[in-house]
Amino acid sequence: MTAPLSIQAGASVPAPSRPGEALVRIEALEKIYSTRDRGNIHALSDIHLDVAPGEFLTIVGPSGCGKSTLLKILAGILKKTSGQVRVANAELYGPNRDLGVVFQAPVLLPWKSVIDNVLVPAKVQKLDMGQARTRARELLEMVGLSGFQDRYPGELSGGMQQRVGICRALIHKPKFLLMDEPFGALDAMTREQMNLELMRIWKEQEATILLVTHSISEAVFLADRVVVMSPRPGRIAEIMPVDLPRPRNLEMFNTPVFGKHVGAIRRHFQSEGGID
Amino acid sequence: MAATDTAPAAVPAPSTADPVRATRWSESRALSPLLLVAMLLLWEALIHLFDVPAIVVPTPSAVAVAMWEGIASGLFWPHFLVTLWEIIAGFGIGSVVGIALGVLIGLSPLMERLVYPYVVAFQTLPKVAIAPIIVIWFGYGISSKIIITATIAFFPLLANTIVGLRSAPREQVEMLEACTANRWQIFRMIRLPQALPYIFVGLDVAVVLSVIGAIVGEFVGAKAGLGYLILQKNFSFDMAGVFAILIILSLIGVGLHLLVVAIQRRVLFWSEAHANSVTGA
Repeated sequence: MTAPLSIQAGASVPAPSRPGEALVRIEALEKIYSTRDRGNIHALSDIHLDVAPGEFLTIVGPSGCGKSTLLKILAGILKKTSGQVRVANAELYGPNRDLGVVFQAPVLLPWKSVIDNVLVPAKVQKLDMGQARTRARELLEMVGLSGFQDRYPGELSGGMQQRVGICRALIHKPKFLLMDEPFGALDAMTREQMNLELMRIWKEQEATILLVTHSISEAVFLADRVVVMSPRPGRIAEIMPVDLPRPRNLEMFNTPVFGKHVGAIRRHFQSEGGID
Repeated sequence: MAATDTAPAAVPAPSTADPVRATRWSESRALSPLLLVAMLLLWEALIHLFDVPAIVVPTPSAVAVAMWEGIASGLFWPHFLVTLWEIIAGFGIGSVVGIALGVLIGLSPLMERLVYPYVVAFQTLPKVAIAPIIVIWFGYGISSKIIITATIAFFPLLANTIVGLRSAPREQVEMLEACTANRWQIFRMIRLPQALPYIFVGLDVAVVLSVIGAIVGEFVGAKAGLGYLILQKNFSFDMAGVFAILIILSLIGVGLHLLVVAIQRRVLFWSEAHANSVTGA
């Protein structure tokens, strides 16, 4: 059940956070999918991870390393097989009001206007709609969409839709923001702009973010710590603190420190048989 | 003609593209009535040419006269109202029952296994065959026609509601689940709106079938209605009168269909499905 080697691999990198104050604490998390034709798939094996309040954590890894699975378990929409997940000192059983989720696709409801889409979690959680509406306007203004609140998703570009999705994830002031490859579908230019915008939102909202990505450079650019995962079974290969100063800017992509981090992560995947 | 067609293609300005498309559209709209006029003229000519007796096929002009007389004398009006009411009431009841049962079956796998086989079995019964029974049970008045119409209208809505409720994308449901939504909220905020395009397709099919339902009911046994009037005219060999009533029935069907399409356009402004639906007009 426990694999001592990977525990050591996970524990060998000390987390900068103080363990007692972790916002999210994951211990010995396992996920096994049973499929009809291919037997059991060990999607997550012995995951240990602490996330400190206010931390920006990215998860990077090749396809099938279980990074999306981990995120879905944290979001409460997928059942874990065993282990423990605690958010804000409470055992996580299902979807949680302290969480906001941004998905790979914007997943907006086409029959609702932009502002009504942002208000969906507030409506579901029966929050004060007057206050929520004010906050929705503020959030839309923050992402530069204030003139679009009465438009419909079909009238928006992909990047704009994803920004609406981010506003929706923030509307109920979640303590913890989960993002599953949120910029994967965007072109490189838009993606860089969205990265900068996300860091601004992170500072402004004092959020804690866990972001899953395919892109090594995006993972390094955004993170306080990069969680490197490897597949079959999905496990944490390394947790790498990023020592780039903040605020960060696009010039940092060309610095030696940045290159060193990217190189270190890439070597991981080369020894594991390559990313994708 | 060719010059106006090719000129905008050479000019890349996007503003000129729209008016061109608009003229082409109106041209295609005018084609359909033109075809009708041509057919009517041909019809009239053929009957005169081959000296077809009026009790077999009437001339279009005779039909027009019969139509005018039926309307002017006030003969058609009460029958028109009776049939229209049968159609609308039957369509309404059938739709409500179909949607309600569809929601029940669509949301509960247990209900599907329990009820759906019987619903399908009932659907395979030809409604024309059970119409006489319904007339015996509910009499020669309006209520038996409404019930026959409802039994015909209900199935398209049932089937489309079930499929529609299951069409909600998984990501949308997961998104709402992650916001701590319960089953009822997921139904109201995602499954039902996602089912609406399917439900409207069902309504469109059902409204046209409802005209058939009402007429079938009246054929089996009735005291009033356009179907009843058709039988009367048929017995007295008034072919022009029969054709006039057929035109009225067709207009009722087209009118109700256009009404459904108009409502659909307003409600489903967000959906791509309505752009693909068959308008036929």
